[in-house]
Amino acid sequence: MTRIDRQATFLMLPSYVMLAVTFIVPLMWFFVRTLLIDASPAALPGTILSVATSRPMLIATVATIWISLLVTGISLLLGYPLAYYLANHGGPRFTLVIFCVIVPYFTSVIVRTYSWMVLLGRNGIVNQALARLGVIDEPLPLLYNKFAIVVGMAYVLLPYMVLTLYAAMKAIDPVLLRAARALGAGGAYVFRRVYLPLSLHGVISGALIVFILSIGFFITPSLMGGPSDVMIAMLIERSVEITLDWQTATVMSLFLLAVTLLLYAVYYRVTDIRRLVGG
Amino acid sequence: MRGTVELRGAVKRFGEERAVDGIDVTVGAGEFFSLIGPSGSGKTTTLMMLAGFAALDEGRLLVDGVDITAAPPQRRGFGVVFQNYAIFPHLNVFENVAFPLRARGKTDREVRERVGWALDLVQLSGFAERFSRQLSGGQQQRVAIARAIVFEPSIVLMDEPLGALDKNLRYDMQMEIKDIQRRLGMTVIYVTHDQEEAMNMSDRLAILNHGRIEQIGVPLEVYERPANRFVGRFLGEANLVPGSLARVAGGEAVVRAADGREYRARARPGVAVGAEVVLFARPERIALSAAGADAAADGSNRAEGRVYRRSFLGGMMRCVVEIAPELRLTVDIPNVGHARIPEIDERVGLAWAVADSLILPG
Amino acid sequence: MERATERLLPIFVTLVCLTLIVPIAIVIVLAFSGQGFLKFPPDSLSLRWFATFFGDARWQATLRSSVIIAAIACAIATSLGFFAAYAFVRRDFRGKRFVLSLMLLPIIVPTVITAIAMYFLSARLGLVGNMLWIGCCHAALALPVVLLILLSTLQGVDVNMERAALSLGSSWPRMMWRVVVPLAAPGIISSALFAFLASFDELIVALFLTNAATQTLPVRIWNSLHLEIEPIIAAVSAFLIGVTAVILLLDSILRGRRRPARA
Repeated sequence: MTRIDRQATFLMLPSYVMLAVTFIVPLMWFFVRTLLIDASPAALPGTILSVATSRPMLIATVATIWISLLVTGISLLLGYPLAYYLANHGGPRFTLVIFCVIVPYFTSVIVRTYSWMVLLGRNGIVNQALARLGVIDEPLPLLYNKFAIVVGMAYVLLPYMVLTLYAAMKAIDPVLLRAARALGAGGAYVFRRVYLPLSLHGVISGALIVFILSIGFFITPSLMGGPSDVMIAMLIERSVEITLDWQTATVMSLFLLAVTLLLYAVYYRVTDIRRLVGG
Repeated sequence: MRGTVELRGAVKRFGEERAVDGIDVTVGAGEFFSLIGPSGSGKTTTLMMLAGFAALDEGRLLVDGVDITAAPPQRRGFGVVFQNYAIFPHLNVFENVAFPLRARGKTDREVRERVGWALDLVQLSGFAERFSRQLSGGQQQRVAIARAIVFEPSIVLMDEPLGALDKNLRYDMQMEIKDIQRRLGMTVIYVTHDQEEAMNMSDRLAILNHGRIEQIGVPLEVYERPANRFVGRFLGEANLVPGSLARVAGGEAVVRAADGREYRARARPGVAVGAEVVLFARPERIALSAAGADAAADGSNRAEGRVYRRSFLGGMMRCVVEIAPELRLTVDIPNVGHARIPEIDERVGLAWAVADSLILPG
Repeated sequence: MERATERLLPIFVTLVCLTLIVPIAIVIVLAFSGQGFLKFPPDSLSLRWFATFFGDARWQATLRSSVIIAAIACAIATSLGFFAAYAFVRRDFRGKRFVLSLMLLPIIVPTVITAIAMYFLSARLGLVGNMLWIGCCHAALALPVVLLILLSTLQGVDVNMERAALSLGSSWPRMMWRVVVPLAAPGIISSALFAFLASFDELIVALFLTNAATQTLPVRIWNSLHLEIEPIIAAVSAFLIGVTAVILLLDSILRGRRRPARA
C-alpha cells in the first residue's frame, strides 16, 4: 500500500470499527445465531416456509403492500403539484412552502404521529369541529383503523416525496419547455408530452423511496391502527416483545430486509448516488 | 551549494497516459528557471512532483545532492506559490505570512520581525490586518509571495502565479518577483505558459511538450536557435518553410523550398543531403527590399510576393507576404515612422541574411 | 385549461401546506392549554404542562437521558464522519463506492430490524440501558446524515489551501486543525446539529435499548400514548418541536456560511 492508501485507511478505521461493532456485527450475529446456532440449520427451510405461509404473516404482508401502495399514491398525488410549485417559484413563496415541508420533515415521527392522533381521535379536533358544526351526531371512527394509518404515514412520508421530486424537477432545463412552446405547443400539451416524461425519473425515485420506507414502518401503524391492523414491522416487534419467538422474528426480518434491499438496488439504478463521492 | 535541484528520469502516469515522460533537469543554486509549454505539456505536473503533491512513478529528485523523492511536502522546505494564491481566508495577512513561522515554532518576536520584513519586501506593509476578501488580485499574489519566502527557503516553486492578473500589472509583478529573487539569491522554478514572461524572467528555461523536454537553454539561445519546429513556433513568431536539403556549400545549407526556389541557411550537422527539412527565420529578421527576387550580390536570401495580410501591433506592423501559392512569410516592420508600410496586394521584395536562417528537422 | 391550472395550483399548494403545518401548530397550541383534556381551541391558556414537564423529577431524568445520549451520538458521529468524509473527498482507495454504500446502510435497513439486532447483542452483553452504548448505536444511525453534509462541505474546501499549508512546513494534524476545520466549520456545526437531532428524536432503537432508568423522551411519549393521550404529551411534543425549530434556525444561519469564501 502506498503512503496515501495507508492514511486513508487510518482515517476510515474508526468509522469501520464503529459500524462493525454497533451495526454489522449485531445484524449478522442476530441472523446467524437464531437461524443456524440456536436451531438446527437443517430445520431452516422448514421454518422459513412455515413462517412465510403462516396466517398472520400473509395478512400482514397483504396489509403492508396495500397500505404502502396507498401511501405512495397519495404522497405522489399531493406531492407532485407541491414540488412543481417549488421548482418554478422563488423568493418568499418558495421559502414559505419549503418551510411547511422542512419543519415536519425534521420533526420526530412520534410527535407527528401524536399530532394526527389528536386530530382524529373520538374526542379529537376533527370530530369536535364536525360536532360543533352540527354535521354529525356521533363521533366518526377516524382513528385506530387503516384509514388513520394511511393518513398518518402519508403525512410523515410526504416531505420525502416532495424533496425527491423537487430535486428532479429542478434539473429540468426550462429551455426545453420554451422550445416546445416556440414550436407552437399549448400549455397542457407541453406538460403532458415534455415536462411529465422529464420528471418521470423523479417520480419513480420518489415513489420507490416512499414505498421502501412504508413497508418498514412501525411507529405510526402501531399507534394509529386497530387491533387487527398489523404490518410486517409490527409483527416482527411482537415476536420479540410478546411471543419471544426469535426464530419467527428473524425469518420475517430476513424477508423484509430482502425486499428492501432489492428495491434499493432498483432505486440505485434509477438515481445516481455516485455523485456524492465526487469522482 | 544551497539550492540545487536535480530531477532524474521523472515519470508520472495517469492511467495509461504519461503526463510526464522522462524529464531530466538540473537547476543551479540561485538560478531562475522556467518550465514553459502549452496546456497539458506536463509542466504543472512536474512542479507538483517537485513540491511533493504528486508522487514520482519513476525517477528521482535530489536537492543539494540529497535524495528527497519520498519526502512529504511539509518536510521539503520549498516555498510554493499557487496559481490561485491559496491565501487562507479565515486568517488576516499577518497570520497568513506568519503561518510557516508558527509551524516552525518561532517566538512571537521573531514572527513579528520576519513578517514585517517580508511584507516590506512585497510592499504591503500597511496591510497586515486585512483579509483576503479585502485585497485585489495583485495584492493577494504579493501576500502569497511574502508567505512563501518569509522562512527563507533556498528554493521557491511558482505555478503560473501571474496568470490571473491583467497585462500591465503582470509586467510590473514580473519585475518585482525577479527583483526579490535576485536580492535573496533563491533558486526559483517557475511554471508559465506565457513565453514572453519566461524569456523575460529566466536565467534558463525548458520547453515541455507532451511530458518531454524539447529544449533547455538560455532564453536568447533557445529563441535564436530552436531545436525543432515545436520550439521555433512556441517562442515568438516563426517562419517555417518546408523543403529538402539540396546541398551544403561553404558552411551554408542550401534548401530547395516548396516553391521550387533555393534559400540558404546556416548549416546543421548531421542532416543528410536530400532529407526533409524546415527553413526557419524570425519575422523581425526579414526586411522589405526593392522588388526583384534575384539573389543579391551579398548572398542574402531574397523573395518576392504580394502582401496578403497586415496586422498593426503597436510597436510594429506584421505583414504576411505570399511568395508562392500556399507559401507565406511573416515579416515584422518596426513602427519607426519613416518606414513605408505596403498596402494589401502590393508586390514587395523580402531580404534576410543567411545567418538569420536555420534548418530544423522536418 | 392552462389558466385554470394556474389559478388552482396556488390554492392546492396552500391547502397541502396547511395540512403539513396545522397538525404541528395544533400540538403547540394544545401545549399551552389550561385544561386537563384535549379541547381545541382551548378555553384557557397556561404554562402548567410545561411547569409539570420541567418540574417533575422523572420527566427531567428522561430529558437528561435524551440529552446525554444525543450528545454522545453527536460527538461520535461528527468526529468519525468528518474523517471519513475527508478520506472520501481527498483520498483514493479501493472500493470507495462500496464503503459509501455500507455507511449509508443504517438508513436503508428498516430501523425495526436494526433495533432488534442491536437489542439481541446488547442483551447478551448486558449493555441494555447503557447510555454510552446507546449513544454509539445512535451514532451509527446519524453517521449517514453527517457524511452527506460533510462530503459536500469538504468538496468546497480548496485543496490548494491544504497544499499551501503543507508546503509551508505545517504537519498534517496542524494543517487539518488550523486550515481545514476552520474552513469547514459551518458544515461541521450543521452536521453536528443534525446528528444531535437524529438521536434526540429517535424512538425505535431507543425503545429496545433503554430501560426504565435511561428512558428517552420519545420512548416515554410512546409508552404513555399506548395508555391514554395525556395533555402533558402535548407540552413534551411542543418541546421537541421547539428543539427541531432551533436547530433548523441555526442551520439556516450557517447555511449562508457553509461555502467558504475563496480568494
